[in-house]
Amino acid sequence: MLFLVQDGITNGAIYALLGLALVLVFAVTRVILIPQGEFVTYGALTYASLASGQFPGTAKLAVAMGVVAFGLDMFAGRKALHGKLVARAILINLVLPAIAFGLTSWFSGRQGGIAVNIALSLLIVASIGLFLYRIAFQPIAHTSVLVLLIASVGCHLAMQGFGLVFFGAEGQRGPPLSNEAFAFGALRFTGQSIAVYAITIAFIAALWLFFGFTLTGKALRATAVNRLGARLVGIRTTLAGQIAFLMAASIGAISGILIVPITTLYYDTGFLIGLKGFVAAIIGGLVSYPLTAIAALVVGIVEAFSSFYASDYKEVIVFFLILPVLVLRSLAVPAVEEEKD
Amino acid sequence: MAMPQRLPILLFALVMAAVPFIPGVPPFWIVLLDNIGLSALVAMGLVLLTGVGGLTSFGQAAFCGFGAYTTAVLTTTYGLSPWLTLPLSLLVAGCAAVVLGLVTVRLSGHYLPLGTIAWGIGLFYLFSKLEFLGRNDGISAIPPLSIGSLKMLDPGTIYFAIWIAVLLSALLTINLLDSRTGRAIRALRRGHIAAEAFGVHTPHAKLLVFIYAAVLAGLSGWLYAHFVRAANPTPFGAQAGIEYLFIAVVGGAGYVWGGVLGAAIVVVLKEVLQSYLPYVFGGQGQLETIVFGILLVVLLQLAPTGVWPWLMARLPQRSDRKRPDTSLTLPARARAATAPAVLLQIDNARKQFGGVIAVNDVSFDVQAREIVALIGPNGAGKSTTFNLVTGVLTASGGKISVLGQSIDNAPPQEIVKLGISRTFQHVKLVPDMTVLENVALGAHQRGHAGAIASMLRLDRADEAKLLAEAARQIERVGLGDQINQLAGSLSLGQQRIVEIARALCVDPILLLLDEPAAGLRHMEKQQLAALLRQLRDGGMSVLLVEHDMGFVMDLADRIVVLDFGTKIAEGTPAAIKTNPDVIKAYLGAVA
Repeated sequence: MLFLVQDGITNGAIYALLGLALVLVFAVTRVILIPQGEFVTYGALTYASLASGQFPGTAKLAVAMGVVAFGLDMFAGRKALHGKLVARAILINLVLPAIAFGLTSWFSGRQGGIAVNIALSLLIVASIGLFLYRIAFQPIAHTSVLVLLIASVGCHLAMQGFGLVFFGAEGQRGPPLSNEAFAFGALRFTGQSIAVYAITIAFIAALWLFFGFTLTGKALRATAVNRLGARLVGIRTTLAGQIAFLMAASIGAISGILIVPITTLYYDTGFLIGLKGFVAAIIGGLVSYPLTAIAALVVGIVEAFSSFYASDYKEVIVFFLILPVLVLRSLAVPAVEEEKD
Repeated sequence: MAMPQRLPILLFALVMAAVPFIPGVPPFWIVLLDNIGLSALVAMGLVLLTGVGGLTSFGQAAFCGFGAYTTAVLTTTYGLSPWLTLPLSLLVAGCAAVVLGLVTVRLSGHYLPLGTIAWGIGLFYLFSKLEFLGRNDGISAIPPLSIGSLKMLDPGTIYFAIWIAVLLSALLTINLLDSRTGRAIRALRRGHIAAEAFGVHTPHAKLLVFIYAAVLAGLSGWLYAHFVRAANPTPFGAQAGIEYLFIAVVGGAGYVWGGVLGAAIVVVLKEVLQSYLPYVFGGQGQLETIVFGILLVVLLQLAPTGVWPWLMARLPQRSDRKRPDTSLTLPARARAATAPAVLLQIDNARKQFGGVIAVNDVSFDVQAREIVALIGPNGAGKSTTFNLVTGVLTASGGKISVLGQSIDNAPPQEIVKLGISRTFQHVKLVPDMTVLENVALGAHQRGHAGAIASMLRLDRADEAKLLAEAARQIERVGLGDQINQLAGSLSLGQQRIVEIARALCVDPILLLLDEPAAGLRHMEKQQLAALLRQLRDGGMSVLLVEHDMGFVMDLADRIVVLDFGTKIAEGTPAAIKTNPDVIKAYLGAVA
């Protein structure tokens, strides 16, 4: 029994990380980030490829997306091009992915060590996240949640397709962060699972501090509530969206790196993992970080138990877990709806 | 307005019927057309659900699954005839929609699409795990459809079954949208409040479109099972659900034919991508998903409303619709035989939002044949008072009664039945419906035709009376020339007048007007005042919130002044003008 709980908490912690990222992106941009799962896959498989000495295709994608983003930046700013804008666009869209690409080709085949591989994977996936917002969502940032959601689905399809091209149909595993293991009573803790717990807790705390106590965090929240209002008080809403996507991609990549030593990941595994993060995020109402984290742990534990007692129906149970929550939410629907247009 | 719209449909049907007989049409094209038809059925449901009703569903593929598996099990295991399983397939899809709909339909905004993704995936796994559905392998050797000795084995014969289903569904859907129920559905996307204020039970209406879309998906699933003669979980998964929504959005989510067009575009595009991309980029798999995903994003950026409306805007506009025959009359709303002198009695009404007291123990009444104005600075609680009277908000305390009958906790749909109708401070019309359709929504509770009658056009007598009433009220407020224009194309002032016409369609005893004169020109204000006087002299009472003091002082019989949620004065215009408390509230303390 206890080992099931332990297993569930490890998975739940990952779902919590993803759930947090989803809440973060939704809160700032109103985008329901279906491709979150692809960030997980990209992070995990980039890391695994680097560890096995291969050159990950994601580095090329980052460069390509950077070029497109640069083109869009130049086109959007064509009426008022000035040195600072161009320099910033070059630096972020061209230099950043170029550095990632250069370092990746330098280190691939040289066995740069775990820390280098993690850093590179993060750099690559984070820049993909940033460019994804710039290319796909920034031009339609003002539209309805539905349009954003469908665009999000489009991104998911494209990124999953790229995942297959880059990493092939076979699954991969990566080396663990630490091979330490110790027993505590009947339970055996691996260094990997400790890392999962520690990083999850650190992220929850960091997000809470960031959104609660920093000016940037508050600006991001203000953007979520009212884009126009935020712009009027001088918040750069596009920057807020880019930051949110950057953070979500990083969180996704870290989650991937954390689980790829535990389970074999395929190019399309991320989608399901991301969706379970979703279940947690929905239970948390897409607004509350602590509630999302708790819900994610519940999802993880339910999954662990159902895969032990009714493994066939594991996914059915996890995805239907959402229905009672929706029922509760629908009972609590307020009498007056917000004005929407 | 029937014939001109029917003609293109008839032409389309004839063309579709002729296609298989054109010599030299490759059999493969027929297969593609079959697939287009199957997708179009699901997309049509989504048009109604998502584009018109505003409820996004990623789970429609699961309803196809219900339809397909129902017939698969019944025809293979129990040997039933496919024609017998048709109603059962539709029934199962519909029942599944009732269960899931009760849970999801009441959710607002983004919870709904997310919820549909979740149960869509859950059902996919359920299909692939259940023993009697054949788990991942599914069910094969499903018998073909047959009429007498004709077995619909090849794509060319089932083609007719599929496209007859598509055309019939399109006709029924178009009929439904052009009816009393259709107007209620079309009003859903703009929020609940306006629809409910005229007697629409929005949860019912939402559940109705949810079931309708599921039944269309079930029909598509039933046809699919007998077309490929097998059923396995893959075509009913999340990916397929996403694709159906994509089809609806590409074609134009608000248009029935957009669903068909979208299906054609997507099915053909997929086919082209699948057959040519490997030649262009070497044999790597799933390239079409990449292109597909990217195209989707690009399309949303360039044409978020879809291809159909873009296409229609390029065709010559057809001539104006026929005006309704205004000689028909609706029976008057049932009302008490003897009208008491006091219509509306508000006793110590109170509304608290957390710590804020928006309405603080306010009492006043409205007598028969009287125009009462509710004035006060911004934030005084005027609109909140309106919302208490019309049942949008529930009072925290006090008593509100209409004709001596308490209306505490009564929903808006019940209150409008008592003859209280209203307009809104922020105009709540459906911009892409005509003035006539918007105003006819006001008469919703005076009609009785249901969804099925509307689909079969059995509602025409009822419908003609509703439209006649709407047309009469539009003439009455002086917008006869704009009757067939889209409400969104009118000026804000005119839209307010349309709202008044809509409220008049209720056949009210008391009209609640929230800032009716805002945005009107001087002449229009005078016309409005004349209209309101005429209504009062005809026996109606009016309670209005207005900031234009000239307008109010000129028109009102009695004025109630609110400030910070509290009533500070009540009296005739002359008395209010000189009341020191009122002057203080409006101009600040006299130094």
